[in-house]
Formats: sequence, structure tokens, C-alpha cells
Amino acid sequence: MVSKTDKTSSLDDVVADLSDGMTIGIGGWGSRRKPMALIRAIARSDVKDLTVVTYGGADLGLLCAAGKVRRAYYGFVSLDAKPFYDPWFAKARTSGTIEAREMDEGMIKCGLQAAAARLPFMPIRAGLGSAVTEFWGDELKTIDSPYPDPDGRTQTLIAMPALKLDAAFVHLDVADPHGNAAYTGVDPYFDDLYLASAQRRYLEADQVVSTSELVDSVARERLVISRMNVDRVVHTPNGAHFTLAGGYGRDDAFLRHYAESAGDDAGWDAFRSRFLDVDEATYQTEVARWQAEQEENK
Amino acid sequence: MSAATESPDATRAEYCVTACADIFTGAGEIVASPMATTPLIGARLARLTTEPDLILTDGEALILADTPAVGKSGPIEGWLPFSKVFDVVASGRRHVVMGANQIDRYGNQNLSAFGPLSQPTRQMFGVRGAPGNTINHPTSYWVARHTARVFPEKVDIVSGVGYDKVDERNPAYDDLDIHRVVTNLGVFDFNGPGHTMRALSLHPGVTADEVAENTGFPVADLASAPVTAAPTAEQLRLIREVVDPKGLRDREVRS
Repeated sequence: MVSKTDKTSSLDDVVADLSDGMTIGIGGWGSRRKPMALIRAIARSDVKDLTVVTYGGADLGLLCAAGKVRRAYYGFVSLDAKPFYDPWFAKARTSGTIEAREMDEGMIKCGLQAAAARLPFMPIRAGLGSAVTEFWGDELKTIDSPYPDPDGRTQTLIAMPALKLDAAFVHLDVADPHGNAAYTGVDPYFDDLYLASAQRRYLEADQVVSTSELVDSVARERLVISRMNVDRVVHTPNGAHFTLAGGYGRDDAFLRHYAESAGDDAGWDAFRSRFLDVDEATYQTEVARWQAEQEENK
Repeated sequence: MSAATESPDATRAEYCVTACADIFTGAGEIVASPMATTPLIGARLARLTTEPDLILTDGEALILADTPAVGKSGPIEGWLPFSKVFDVVASGRRHVVMGANQIDRYGNQNLSAFGPLSQPTRQMFGVRGAPGNTINHPTSYWVARHTARVFPEKVDIVSGVGYDKVDERNPAYDDLDIHRVVTNLGVFDFNGPGHTMRALSLHPGVTADEVAENTGFPVADLASAPVTAAPTAEQLRLIREVVDPKGLRDREVRS
């Protein structure tokens, strides 16, 4: 009997698909439901010269720390908690090692919608009159409406280009082996749009269950990801750590530890060897051990 | 306001809160998006007094049915995830109160970075939603510490759009409305000559010289600016007992 494709994969399977110079989109928002297990795997890999599209948080920070980012398209970069500014993104910017295509937050949604609909651009007001046009130079153009306003003037708008992605990475709370998936928190963010804008689509999930368990566990409206937009499914319990996901909150203490460790070479070497130069299972073990140490030292 | 309802013992932070509440006077049934503690208290105060139809969120994705104290949640009346926030921004039915690392005399604002945009000297958030907010709907600013560094002649990176960027021939700029700037020193708008920053009022105890020394460009009507209206007894009660009983306002603005 024929059956639907089982897309369950390992992090190594995902990394083996990647190539230098790719444009990748990363789901979530700031420090919220970021596909951190996939990010850690990319940071460990040999891939380089990435162009990253993101509502940025420590995902972009960790890729900058690993020297993987050549160009970044982002509306903001925030850790959402103290110290708010990501230290590794800041270092990449102040040392001039990445090209910034900074834009209004709404422009990312717009660019992903254009890509998802296979349109070359979509008009948007956001960006007019701001430094966004300087960040982009000739890469961002305007478009005149063919329909004049009632007073005879013509609207000239930003022509937001489609943000076409070679690959997209998202973290959902629950998925089935075929790539259907649901969020269980308060916000789906833009993960469906990232997947719809990409050639290769990678989904990590805290739980991978049967299709019937998935659809019985959540309201229909939460099934925002369809298998038509997913190529691989990776089971990553606590994979969004140290960002929040539907089943757990943000780990603010670890977030601060990450940010403080970036402050000097010795601190970062220690952080990297313990938490980054290791596989995902070791990362999770070390995080649990670190959390226990914090409790003991209280 | 009658003298009987004035309360002489209001703190500087309480003047700032009521000035932030007044930002929303006449706003009607729109989303109020205050991005810091003092304007957040102000928006809730406005909703409890003159603006009952304001729509307030928990700062994440839920629309609050009631007006709880700062930091508290309560019953909800709706859902506003980030994707829908951008729909609201584009609709114009919103008034945001953003912070600012820099604001210039035409209302250009920076919260992105300091220095050249290809290689800044200090990185902050990036432009966030500032370009979309300012071009689409009323925008005000809250500055807890009014200094010449925050109010320079020119901002490094234009995140929020100012009046000197407006192209009158392009109707896409018609909704630019930098409504107010509230600081620890006073209340300002951009109805000075050529849409420049103008003093509407200075908080009690603040002098015109103090504002001039702490602003990197001339402020219109500074010498003639009246004293900020005192909070009413009812406003003070609501601030102290209902909206901010823990006194979080005093952490942003010291008396």
C-alpha cells in the first residue's frame, strides 16, 4: 500500500542539504519560537556566506558569531529582554562585516507575501521618507499608482521586492511526520509565509505525533502549516531554547548568560565549547546542567 | 479645570503620565500602542477617563477587555498577533507612542543605530516599525530624559519619518502626523514655523533655559510656554491606586 512521504529527518540531514551563499529565512520573532536547534546545527556546519531574512533575535546573533552571515534582511534585531540588543549582531554591524538591508517590520511580511504569491513586488507605504531607502540603495525602488487619487495626485509607493528564499527554517510546537504542524502559543508569527516563500522548507518541532493526534490536540485554526510547504521534519524537544515556544517560556537567565559571554574572548570560548561546539543532545544536557548550577548558586 | 480639583502635590512622573494620557484625547476607537511604562500608564489612564473606546493590548497578542494595572493581565476581548498589527498599521487606526534615541527639530526619529548606516558606531534595534508607523498613523514620542544628545540638530538614521521628508505631491505622505513629544521637561508638538518642534507646556519647576540647554536646536514658543496642566484629583487617584499602585512611573522619571 502506498503512503504519504515520511519526512522525519535528523539535523545532519538538514545540514547536508545546505550550500554556501544561500538566502535563508528564519521564522519566529525576536526571542520567540526561533528554530534554535536548526540554527545551532547551521552554526556548527561548514556552510558560509549566507544571506539571512529574519525578524531577528539570537538566531541572527549566533549565525553572526559563527561568521556565517554575509548579508542580512531584517526589520529589527532584539533579544526581547535585557540586554535587548544582540551582542553578536552588534559586533558584526560595528565591524562592518555584514551588509545590512534594514527595513520596516511590515516590509518583511510584504516581501514574503509577494514571494508566496510569486509576484515580483507588492506596494507598501512603509519605508517612504526613511533611511530604509538608503540601506537598500538601488535594490529598492518605488512604483507609481496607475489610478490617480480623487484630487488628481498620484500615489508613489515603495515597490517591496519579493523576498524569495532558497531555504526556510521554522519551529512549531506540534507536527506530524508529513509536515502538517500547529502552534500552541498566542501568535503564529510569520512561519507560514517563510515556508511559502522558500524552495526548501525545514520544520523542527517539540513534538512529532501522528496526524490524528495532531488534529485532535489543537483547534483547527492552529493548523497553520500544511505539508505542501514542508520538505523535512526534525523532532527537537526544547529546540526553540532559549527563546520561548508554546510549551515553555523564554530562558531569560540563559539569554543573559549568552549575552554576557559575548563580552570577551575567554567568556565566549567557554560558552562556545560548552554549548555550541556540541551536538543538540549535548546542548540540551549541558543547558539542564547549567540551570541546576544556577539553582545551587542561588 | 477648577482650582478645587487641582492637586499641588503631584510628582514630575505624574505630570508626565497625565501628559501622556492627553496624547490620546479625542483618539476614539483606535489601537493605542504605548511602548514604555509612562505612556502605558497614560494610555490606561485615558481609557479610564475620557477615552473609553481605546483598544489596548497586553503588549503581545491579546486585546484587553478591561483596564488592569500595569504589569497585570485581565479578561480579554480579542486577538491581535503581530501579523494583524501590520494590518492595523496600514489601516491607520492606531496611535503609537515610541521611544527615541534621537529626535530632530522636524520630528525625524532614530532608534536604529548611531553612526554611518553601513558601519555604525553603536547598534540598537534597527528601524523596527518606525517607518511604517510614522507614514501610516498618528505617532507620538516619549523621552524620559530630555538631553541635547536625544534632541540633536540631525538624527543619524531616520527610522521615524519627520516633516521635512514629506513630498506634498505624493498623497502617500498625507497621513504623517507626529502628534506630541512628551519628556520629563515638558510637552511639545511640531506646529512651530515650517513644522518644527514647539513647546506646548513645561512641567512645574522647569525653566525655558533648562529646556534650551538640553535641546540641540531652537524650540519654538519656548519663552511663552505655559505650565503643564496639573493632574486632577481623580487622575491622581487612578494613577496611584488603580493603574500604577507599585509606582513603576518613578523608575522612569525621578522627581
